[in-house]
Amino acid sequence: MTRTFILEDLDCAHCAQKIQDAVAKIAGVSECKVTFLTQKLVYNVEDDKNDAVEKEMRKIVKSTEPDVTVKAV
Amino acid sequence: MTKKLKKKIIRVAIGFGLFVVGILLEHFVNQWAGLAFYLAAYLTIGFDVLKNAAVNIAHGHVFDENFLMIVATIGAVACKEYVEAVAVMLFYQVGECFQTYAVNKSRKSIKALMSIRPDFARVVRENETAEVDPSEVKIGEVIQIRPGERIPLDGIVVDGISSLDTAAITGESLPKDVTVGSNVVSGCVNLTGVITVSVTSVFAQSTVAKILTLVEDASSKKAKAENFITVFARYYTPIVVCSAVVLALAGSLITGDVKTWIYRAMTFLLISCPCALVISVPLSFFGGIGGAGKKGILIKGGNYMETLSEIDTVVFDKTGTITKGNFAVGEVSVSDFLKEKAGDSAKSFLLKIAAMCEYSSNHPIARSIVDEVKFVSGDDATDVKEIAGKGVSAKIDGSQWYAGNYKLMADCLPKEELEKTDCHDCLERGTVVYLAADGRYMGHIHIVDEIKDGAAEAIRKLKDSGIQRTVMLTGDNEESAKIVASNVGISKVYSNLTPIDKVTAIEKLMGENSSDRSKVAFVGDGINDAPVLTRADIGIAMGAMGSDAAIEAADVVIMTDELSKIGDAKRIARKTLRIVKENIVFALGVKALVLVLAAFGIASMWAAIFADVGVAFIAIMNAMRALKA
Repeated sequence: MTRTFILEDLDCAHCAQKIQDAVAKIAGVSECKVTFLTQKLVYNVEDDKNDAVEKEMRKIVKSTEPDVTVKAV
Repeated sequence: MTKKLKKKIIRVAIGFGLFVVGILLEHFVNQWAGLAFYLAAYLTIGFDVLKNAAVNIAHGHVFDENFLMIVATIGAVACKEYVEAVAVMLFYQVGECFQTYAVNKSRKSIKALMSIRPDFARVVRENETAEVDPSEVKIGEVIQIRPGERIPLDGIVVDGISSLDTAAITGESLPKDVTVGSNVVSGCVNLTGVITVSVTSVFAQSTVAKILTLVEDASSKKAKAENFITVFARYYTPIVVCSAVVLALAGSLITGDVKTWIYRAMTFLLISCPCALVISVPLSFFGGIGGAGKKGILIKGGNYMETLSEIDTVVFDKTGTITKGNFAVGEVSVSDFLKEKAGDSAKSFLLKIAAMCEYSSNHPIARSIVDEVKFVSGDDATDVKEIAGKGVSAKIDGSQWYAGNYKLMADCLPKEELEKTDCHDCLERGTVVYLAADGRYMGHIHIVDEIKDGAAEAIRKLKDSGIQRTVMLTGDNEESAKIVASNVGISKVYSNLTPIDKVTAIEKLMGENSSDRSKVAFVGDGINDAPVLTRADIGIAMGAMGSDAAIEAADVVIMTDELSKIGDAKRIARKTLRIVKENIVFALGVKALVLVLAAFGIASMWAAIFADVGVAFIAIMNAMRALKA
């Protein structure tokens, strides 16, 4: 399934790149994309790994940009 | 302004106050009182930098800009440059605030572009209206749109008269009148009257949803310049940080002056963030794509923007692109024989006969004749036969009629009658349908496909903007194709082409181009030419408002059918690419210059801060120019 999140207060463009690279490496994720300008994080995830991946993704965002609030769309 | 930015500005302002007090105390009271305030100011101003650095280190990310910022300021303290340490932090934060402000501002402009998304649809169900989400409306349901509201879904007007503002979709400023039977496109704004519309597509398939997806996805198709920046950013920071370490160690060891070389190394660290480039290059492309979108030109990605700026050959499809693509009856010419027999009504008689013969045919030319003669029925003609590649024959009022091209006339007329069909100016006016009955020539009907208004001017302007070659491809015969081409000023024509021939022709033209930097664009209406659109370096679909096939096959989609927009598209692409280059050269140039100057001890930490946040701010502002197409 495709998940979309808004990364509120994402202020730094290369952090967006870092988040994208890290989330793409989580097992079960394919095609991860972070768009700095629209503050959107979109990825495809295997259905049964959805919850685990979301948790991991939130952790990555928190550690890369502590100020960012992740909101599911 | 976001809450986060407001908080930060207040904090930096308080810190600035503490800093000023510190300077005064140091000068007029004693050094220790001053230092205490410097520390307080540093902690207040740099609070989030310190916090983020701590969090990141806890997670094992060491080389981030926050950490480097702290290392640089601590280095300044080690060199006993207390004032400079606080000032550097202060200016860094002020720069960050500006940068965040600029980014927020550009995000807002981009959001404004996306504002064509309709909020609700007023659907009529069981004689009552209800405001629902557009995605809940099904095909065939009826929606009502009041003046001032945005049309939520594509459909056909079933009741009411109004005019629509289509600017958001087409960039066209003149309102478009609609009445019962007109197609309306989602995203347009209803201006004058209440209209009721029968929905023809679900929201996900509607024009507005397609455009929004296209604009959002555009940022994922990256231009070469963007990929270069991504790769560059990955290596830039480690390289600068390593050179800082080398500089500090080597300098200190060779000269013995530890303090000076530490200071110089710290200056390096301040320039180690590639932010300016990482933000401004994609932002420029996004701005360019957005600016083009405002004019009704959809560019599907930064990579196409790059190609678009390099086109030097534009290949046009004829029907529907150069010409309007709707055939219409032009001049009707009656033979002397028929004129004698039917008198003044000869022309309308001939048209009516032609319409009866062609009544059951679906060929566009046949349809144009039937449409011209409004009240006609196929029942009057019997024994209708289609003669492939030539025309039709039919029995009407006991006479055997033939309607078709010259080849058909040659078959059905004796020689002396065939000579009468001669019309010297026929070829200049497009297609001709000849009519004959019982071995006599009766007359002919010109079928014209009008050249679009402004086509000649648009092509002239294209040439002015650096397009070397213009070519026209068509399935039509050579003579009529040549006449259209010379009327609009196209230099080369390939005629009698099948759709496969068109692909071959494009490949040939692409092969003729000597350098990689001269690209071939194909312009079509997207209906029959999807393979060519895909094959060309860049495929441009015109008049795509409401046409799904065109939006999918092309790289660039022009919503209206104005040819002048091709020139606009190239101009916007070139402007965007120029801004991208400016930003790359400016950001890299300033950084390189300050790095060199810092290594020789000429540039201070202040210059380094400018090279970091100052350059980023200027680059973002420059990128925003791309939006104003």
